[in-house]
Amino acid sequence: MSTSPAARPVLPDGFVVIVKEECETCRMVAPLLAQFECTVYTQDDPTFPHSVSPTHDADLSVSWHHDIETVPTLIKVMNGVELERTVGWSRAEWQRITGVHGLGDDLPVMRPGCGSMSVDPDLVDALRARFGGHVLKARRIELADLDDEMEALFDRGFTDGLPVVPPTEERVLRMLEGTTRAPDEVVAVVPPDLVEVTVEKIAINAVMAGCRPEYLPWVIAAVEAICTDEFNIHGVLATTMPVGPVIVCNGPGTRAIGMNAAGNALGQGNRANLTIGRAVQLVVRNVGGGRPGEVDRATHGNPGKISFCFAELEDGSPFTPLATSLGMPTDANALTVFAGEGPRCIVDQLARDPDSLANTFAACLRTLHNPKLVLGFDVILVVGPEHARVFAEAGWDRDRLLAELHARLQLSGEELVRGAHGIAEGIPEHLRSATLPKFRPGGILVVHAGGGAGLFSAMIGGWANGDIGSKPVTRLVGN
Amino acid sequence: MSKLLLDPTGERHVAERTRLDRPASLDGQVIGLLDISKPRGDVFLDQLERRLVEAGATVKRYKKPTFTKPAPVDLRQEIATSCTLVIEALAD
Repeated sequence: MSTSPAARPVLPDGFVVIVKEECETCRMVAPLLAQFECTVYTQDDPTFPHSVSPTHDADLSVSWHHDIETVPTLIKVMNGVELERTVGWSRAEWQRITGVHGLGDDLPVMRPGCGSMSVDPDLVDALRARFGGHVLKARRIELADLDDEMEALFDRGFTDGLPVVPPTEERVLRMLEGTTRAPDEVVAVVPPDLVEVTVEKIAINAVMAGCRPEYLPWVIAAVEAICTDEFNIHGVLATTMPVGPVIVCNGPGTRAIGMNAAGNALGQGNRANLTIGRAVQLVVRNVGGGRPGEVDRATHGNPGKISFCFAELEDGSPFTPLATSLGMPTDANALTVFAGEGPRCIVDQLARDPDSLANTFAACLRTLHNPKLVLGFDVILVVGPEHARVFAEAGWDRDRLLAELHARLQLSGEELVRGAHGIAEGIPEHLRSATLPKFRPGGILVVHAGGGAGLFSAMIGGWANGDIGSKPVTRLVGN
Repeated sequence: MSKLLLDPTGERHVAERTRLDRPASLDGQVIGLLDISKPRGDVFLDQLERRLVEAGATVKRYKKPTFTKPAPVDLRQEIATSCTLVIEALAD
């Protein structure tokens, strides 16, 4: 610990007033403080007000621990317990609480106060670390003055190859403001090392990834989701295939935190999209110990293994949102994790009717991983707004689109058996006379996202599906 | 003044564990062979089993349900309690 936890100072019984000399309202009420018995704490000038003997709250400990947001604040205390308070100057309130008739009768009826120094944006992070740092249990790493902290983090193997934000106590405590969950609460057990991850450890990695505090609940939900037996992050990490967790976010919260579901939704440029996905991967790397070349045995990998997270464009979509279609309540904040590779573009600039466009989708989806392999892999189909409009105008919803795609993706065993079309890869010979679907039921996940211009969609191929591999997992996002 | 950062890792303190001595002989040993369910791993393990039995060992065969996931706890427990040596085969 850099600082020992300061005990919460107990307020003396009677009346307590917190002031600062810089505040005009405090200067206005200063003469009144000699007219009744009270204890005065001053935040800035240790001698203010001169008419009483103030106590200097030099380290702002009293102000911090008693949640003083405005000066002056008048508090009534009995047996060490606060009974009531008023902030700023309200003649009626001050007279009622103190019981002093005529107190400040010559002053205006009301004057707002000023911001307390304990909530000054320039001071608050340091105060939070000084008074709240004891809640942080993580081991401290001490760097020398001359250490370059960016290089030190690279040297220790904590980064994904890009620089990270140094996780100081101030930043981690600020990050923890983004959730109501206790820092020491265990969220999940992270493979491959099977280490329990706490809210605090997730917050540390979220700081490093560049998250804002309001993103933290999304990171926590995603970590919970990938660390389930169904999603199987152990296998997703260890596989030689180029997959990682793809995170699709739904609900009004995506808009509240400024996620991008529109132009370039799958690309660069949006802090929430990029840093939420990155934080999840940093947790796997740092807490779980999953690193490329070690347990991560990917042959190629893909750039999405740094971060792959986006929101669904729910406004104007003809489709039920993904999370709702997977059982979440309407308009819930929720995310779905999918073991996926990088996205591939589906181009069709001529189709104006849904059948033609469904034909294009089916033809492209058939090629997933290998045109002759069936049933083993799921896919996310990201329908762009201009393509979605074609379906919307024809009255096709999610169920209709999926039914039409599955109908077009019933494939003849003749086409698929090993050796057919001069390709060794394929299904066993005894299935020659069978008709097989490219995708298992539920194996196509439809999401609406993208910019308003461009007759394009995208497909994100999955990894080994079902019980032997990974299933998509949807989780509500809490507070 | 030095700078303090928070450790982002799982903070695993791996206890130093010394390796067991190699057995002088396989005679009388109970050897578990764990098939991780990769294709053709069984071919390799069949060969190993023949050689080990010739050398005087008793062989027990085990199999993970899927190579993509760690061995279930019960399976690990069973191997640990009934074998003196274990060979885990990775095929690919």
